[in-house]
Amino acid sequence: MKIAIASGKGGTGKTTLSTNLASFIAESRECVLSDLDVEEPNSGLFIKAELIHKEDKFKMIPEWEKSKCELCGNCQTVCNFNAVLKMGKMIMVFPELCHGCYACSELCPTGSLPMKQKKMGELKSYKTGNLNFIESKLIIGEEQAVPLIKQTINYVDDNFGEDVIKIFDSPPGTSCPVIEATRDADFVILVTEPTPFGLHDLKLAVETVKQMNKSFGVVVNRYGIGNDGVEMYCKEENIDIIASIPNDRLIAETYSRGELLYPAIPSVKEAVISISEYIENNKGWAK
Amino acid sequence: MGKVKEIVVISGKGGTGKTSITASFAYLGGKELIVADCDVDAADMHLLMAPDFGKSEDFYSGELAFIDQDTCIKCGKCQDVCRFDAIPVIDTQYVVDPLGCEGCGYCARVCPVDAITNSEPNVGKSFISGIRTGATMVHARLSIGADNSGKLVAKVKNEAKTLAEKENKMAVLVDGSPGVGCPVVSSLSGASFVVLVTEPTVSGLHDLKRVYELVKKFGIKAGCIINKVDLNTDLSGDIRTFLKEENIILLSEIPYNVKFTEAMTDGKTIVEYDKELGNIISKSWEKIKEIEKLQGKLK
Repeated sequence: MKIAIASGKGGTGKTTLSTNLASFIAESRECVLSDLDVEEPNSGLFIKAELIHKEDKFKMIPEWEKSKCELCGNCQTVCNFNAVLKMGKMIMVFPELCHGCYACSELCPTGSLPMKQKKMGELKSYKTGNLNFIESKLIIGEEQAVPLIKQTINYVDDNFGEDVIKIFDSPPGTSCPVIEATRDADFVILVTEPTPFGLHDLKLAVETVKQMNKSFGVVVNRYGIGNDGVEMYCKEENIDIIASIPNDRLIAETYSRGELLYPAIPSVKEAVISISEYIENNKGWAK
Repeated sequence: MGKVKEIVVISGKGGTGKTSITASFAYLGGKELIVADCDVDAADMHLLMAPDFGKSEDFYSGELAFIDQDTCIKCGKCQDVCRFDAIPVIDTQYVVDPLGCEGCGYCARVCPVDAITNSEPNVGKSFISGIRTGATMVHARLSIGADNSGKLVAKVKNEAKTLAEKENKMAVLVDGSPGVGCPVVSSLSGASFVVLVTEPTVSGLHDLKRVYELVKKFGIKAGCIINKVDLNTDLSGDIRTFLKEENIILLSEIPYNVKFTEAMTDGKTIVEYDKELGNIISKSWEKIKEIEKLQGKLK
């Protein structure tokens, strides 16, 4: 069973919810938490676990081999991303523009652009009790998060069985990285805050998950500030509000130190209990 | 005529108050500015700026494959070459998953019967609006799941810059994108000054350090605003130390205050809503103007 925790707006509490929910579930059964916000991964700051494995993650980019090249320029013609250019008697590759489609390499008549590995990030796997934590981090300067997100999900799939609950802390927004992170999920939890910004971005997130045909529900964080716009919207649209976490300076302070909230704060414990019960009761989503 | 200055506000981490602060700067700068919302994924600044959506333009970018089922002979070559798993077989037909397709065009090139065509999809909309500060704002809305947000960011920024040059404005003020990937790279390119908005939380500091690594690669001068500064005094100290080490100017420190959210809920910028918080933000803006030698050209 795969659950993605997402939100349109950043800073609404995705990581807070992911880390607390996963740690709570792991008290009674095996659980995997995977941080797919590879640009700015934060879950690891809240999970104290032992590093058991790490590996470099690569993307494949073409590398020009001069010796056989006949300078026909086909590589430049077939690249839709301007990542391969023929300049005079040279073929130049711009790795940051390359999407790794292999077209230039495989369509080269002389095999002069073999694909080579280029490191784009690092994956680390941690364990404490029943909780497995998988985190990937993009190298600064690498612009494309999607390939690393994809490889991280594959790693989780390869290493953990169907019966393990898998929680994916997704990146913010509504564009390609979020789509990749939620694509395989059985259920999406959208975290929002009851403010105009929160509501505006929640609507975009709802549009996104609807377009992907995903079952989803909402968790309202910082409940009590702002207004009732989010509640009204969810009511009108028939969207389940699974739980609410109150706006509380103590929560913000505990979070600031990188500590889990539910062991110390009863309102958060109630929320994670509601969410895990909701998940238990609705297992029908899982294929 | 000199190059128009570009002030870009970013944060790495979301929820630090970036947009509320940028909107306040926009209010303070008034007509002297062109405002650009480059957080095209989850653009929120317009909620405080009452834009009139005066001019809008569809944004087309990239390519999207389409398989004509009448021509397709189901050889499966397209699926074989697709590195993005974007050509599944549904009801015995090879179809393109538009959310997975990267638009590389490889499938069309290997199709033996030319059943695959590529079109440039509409991936968003950009707007040029008059806003209630009297300024012009360039903003955009990316379609759901669209790729190329970096390109849309670049378009928003370039339009803002062109307008600023044409109308002889003091500067372009940019609300930047989150993260460290392609949209924020586009937000930063060409910037004269970067304002980093952070908060004293372990995540805030972590994300600040990562995004600053990127800023450093561009060699852009930076200043920092620590929001919610009293939330964790130890971490505020760590942030100050980091700023000192990296020669980042500390622009201001803002206390934790629910008025930040109340102002937003009221549809106002902080400088309009609360005097005390407003003063702190005004001072930061004055500092930025001084550092960047921004001078109003309006009489």
